[in-house]
Amino acid sequence: MEAQSQPAVAMEARGVSKIFRGPEGDFHALDSVSVSIAEGEFFTLLGPSGCGKTTLLRMIAGFEHPSAGQLLLHGEDISDLPPYRRQVNTVFQSYALFPHLSVAENIAFGLRMLGRPNAEVDQTVDRMLKLVKMEPMRNRLTSQISGGQQQRVALARALAPAPKVLLLDEPLSALDLKLRKEMQIELKRLQHETGITFIFVTHDQEEALTMSDRIAVMRDGHVLQIGAPREIYDQPANRFVASFIGETNFLSATSEGIVDGGIRIRIGDTVSVETDLPDGVDPKGDLTVVVRPEHIVLRERGAPDTLSATLTNAVYFGTDTHYHLELASGQHPIARRQNAAGAPERVEIGAAIGVAFAPSAARLLRD
Amino acid sequence: MVRPTSALSSGEITARRTIVRRYWLLCLPALVLLVFAASGPLLIVLAYSFLEPAEYSGVVWSLSGEGWFKVILNRDIFDDTISLADAHMTIFWRSAKLSVLTTLLTLAIGFPTAYFIATRPKTHRQYWLFLITIPFWTNLLIRTYAIMEVIRNEGILNSSLMSLGLIGAPLQILYTDTAVLIGMVYVYLPLMVLPLYAAMERLDFRLVEAGYDLYATRFQVLRRVIVPLVKPGIIAGSILVFIPSLGAYVTPRVLGGGKNMMIGNLIELQFGEGRNWPLGAALSIGLLVTVMAALVFYVRNEQAER
Amino acid sequence: MAEPSSTRRRSGRPFSVRHLPGFTLVAAACFVMLYAPIVTLVTYSFNGGESIALWEGFSLRWYVSAWANEAVQEATVRSLVVAVLASGIATALATMAALGTTRTGPFPGRMVIYALINQPLMVPEIVTAVALLIFFAMIKIATGYTGLAYLVLAHAAFCVPFAYLPIRARLEGMDLSYETAAADLYATPWRTFRYVTLPLMTPGIVAGAMLAFVISLDDVVITEFVKSAGQDTLPTYMLGQLRRMVTPEVNAISTALLALTVLLLTVFFALTRKRG
Repeated sequence: MEAQSQPAVAMEARGVSKIFRGPEGDFHALDSVSVSIAEGEFFTLLGPSGCGKTTLLRMIAGFEHPSAGQLLLHGEDISDLPPYRRQVNTVFQSYALFPHLSVAENIAFGLRMLGRPNAEVDQTVDRMLKLVKMEPMRNRLTSQISGGQQQRVALARALAPAPKVLLLDEPLSALDLKLRKEMQIELKRLQHETGITFIFVTHDQEEALTMSDRIAVMRDGHVLQIGAPREIYDQPANRFVASFIGETNFLSATSEGIVDGGIRIRIGDTVSVETDLPDGVDPKGDLTVVVRPEHIVLRERGAPDTLSATLTNAVYFGTDTHYHLELASGQHPIARRQNAAGAPERVEIGAAIGVAFAPSAARLLRD
Repeated sequence: MVRPTSALSSGEITARRTIVRRYWLLCLPALVLLVFAASGPLLIVLAYSFLEPAEYSGVVWSLSGEGWFKVILNRDIFDDTISLADAHMTIFWRSAKLSVLTTLLTLAIGFPTAYFIATRPKTHRQYWLFLITIPFWTNLLIRTYAIMEVIRNEGILNSSLMSLGLIGAPLQILYTDTAVLIGMVYVYLPLMVLPLYAAMERLDFRLVEAGYDLYATRFQVLRRVIVPLVKPGIIAGSILVFIPSLGAYVTPRVLGGGKNMMIGNLIELQFGEGRNWPLGAALSIGLLVTVMAALVFYVRNEQAER
Repeated sequence: MAEPSSTRRRSGRPFSVRHLPGFTLVAAACFVMLYAPIVTLVTYSFNGGESIALWEGFSLRWYVSAWANEAVQEATVRSLVVAVLASGIATALATMAALGTTRTGPFPGRMVIYALINQPLMVPEIVTAVALLIFFAMIKIATGYTGLAYLVLAHAAFCVPFAYLPIRARLEGMDLSYETAAADLYATPWRTFRYVTLPLMTPGIVAGAMLAFVISLDDVVITEFVKSAGQDTLPTYMLGQLRRMVTPEVNAISTALLALTVLLLTVFFALTRKRG
């Protein structure tokens, strides 16, 4: 991306709430959510089902009306505009390709509704077919092409009118693993080539990490953390974010006192490390430290700066092996080690070993 | 943070109201037609049942319970003694008897037929079903007439029985209750097969396998597994056959001749030669209420099954 | 049922989970029973003699005589006019009602709408016929108009639920996301309907129209009560004929009607079969 001092804001939600009325009372799908998405950004809304991510997306598209708050597209309030007046297009989870129209007619649909001249429509359709590599399929009915191809057509159809923001509602969830990986790369390429702002909804944390410029992690109608993938993975704001993104070990710790630029904490009887003190963490209370499995190293029992542990299980995953451990404190962390070439090293289940990690790998957590 | 508990924004509320109004508007023309030419006139029938019959036909606009009175009772013209209206009772009894018999016979024939279709290979089923559907949509009068041809004295039934030497003289079937019964079974059979098939098509044959695995014989599997599982279809089919049987008009008129009337023909009589519109109206409302009661029973049952 | 042959012959048949003794026999009898009378009726429409019981050689004379019969001609035209108008009206209204009841979640009063639309399926025909006889008699006296409109309206009303069912089924099988996608792609509500909803629901509409047409064409009871003097349709004309000496002419008319019904039903099946 070009270095810009202050990229313009493409989409902004200000204190947006959505309340669904039901027979069992009101359901707060969104609770005063505020996000600001920069132009040209690949922004992901990530969270478990029911977290409100799809509601927010549908609200931006215009299919839900906010109960409170404002939605601004390039600074203009669009909260009360019907969907067909918003320069925002959606790639639907089910694709929703019109079954009575051909591939080319599907892609042309938006432009025709906008009343663009035929020559321009034809030109754009050709360009889009080329962009998603679907030229040979242009006259097929959408029922006659494969799932992956439907996905491409849905993308082309949504991109054809050149929207200010493209919304993608779990677009890859219907594809098998291999195709999904391909489309992830394809999507990044399309975003790069078109320069359009993408707002991507998914519950798949891996997808979010690999594709996004920034991620908003949501739960129960709240945004818990917004940040770049690395930031979210390495510095999760709280326990939910830590456990939702990647695999995580939670270890309890006690404070040994504030030190310059952070806090010294003790984990178990044998390990003492210095780490940052994030905002909102009470240094006097019970502390929790998060350590990712890949940062845990297995050592000899009794080596310096190690916790005593017993190996309870080893699970082979092909690329790596997961070691299930039991600490003296009764906690059960998991260590992950990449499998090296050659003969596997044998670690006996039930063996007494030591567990170590770099001080920088431990991060204090707000609950 | 202060949050109103059930806050729908005013925008949301108006949007919802506009949508609901639009849906009602879309349904309105159909509803107007149905109220005008189907449901509304039923209220007039109800009103007529409480009026006095006019000399020729129609009604005199004065309140009277005579219409309802005459449904089951007779007043002697000379001495005003009240007695049970025997003719009506015979007709009610015949209607009830023939409707129940029709339902039972169609079930006896329809159940194996529906089972047969449901156990055909998937691609063949629609063709068997089509064979059931053709008579279903064929004109009721044509089907009744077809049966009439078969069972009349010179019809193929009698002539083949005679040529086989089984009977010496033609059996008089036409213009008897039996003729009406045969006719109704014939015309309403598809109404039994179709819902039974719908239920059997969903039948999970792994459950039947489980039945056999647990030592059930064929009959026990039928009785203890299949019948309970397709019970909603049995009830739906029975109701679908019973209701039109009870209100049958064309079949008893054509096959029963003038004598073997059912309620439908009795009602017509009051608006024709009988010239007693209030009595006809009362009979109509009585029939309607009976049918509605059967429907309510059906709906209740349907809900209980879920 | 053909069993797969195996190299080693074994005694006894393989156990079939689906088999129930005697059921196939009853089913066969059922199909014979359903079709024997119809086949007889059709056969005798080609009888050369006067009898509907004695075969006297193949002939089309009864078709010729039915075709030449002025009463039959009039009744045929009337039947078709009423059926076309009534099914047209019923289909249009049913289409609107189906749109109003399916493209949404539950809304207040939807059950009332369902009940009203399906009412003609629940009330015995004879009762509706009597009700219409009374009601239309009042209007006939008040206005002096005795034209075909009564028949058309009465037929349209009882055709509505038959037209409504396949249209509603079609709409319910149609994902709402198509309309959502159209709105997302700048189509106004009207254009969404015109370019997306309507083309997609057309097979349902055609199927509904055909059912309504068949239902109107077949009606006897309501027509018999509603018609003014000299307004026989084909079925009521036939009903009148059945009281007299029946000739194979009635068979010929029946066969023609039957052929039309089968034709329409075949098209209906072809339209509704390929779905999902």
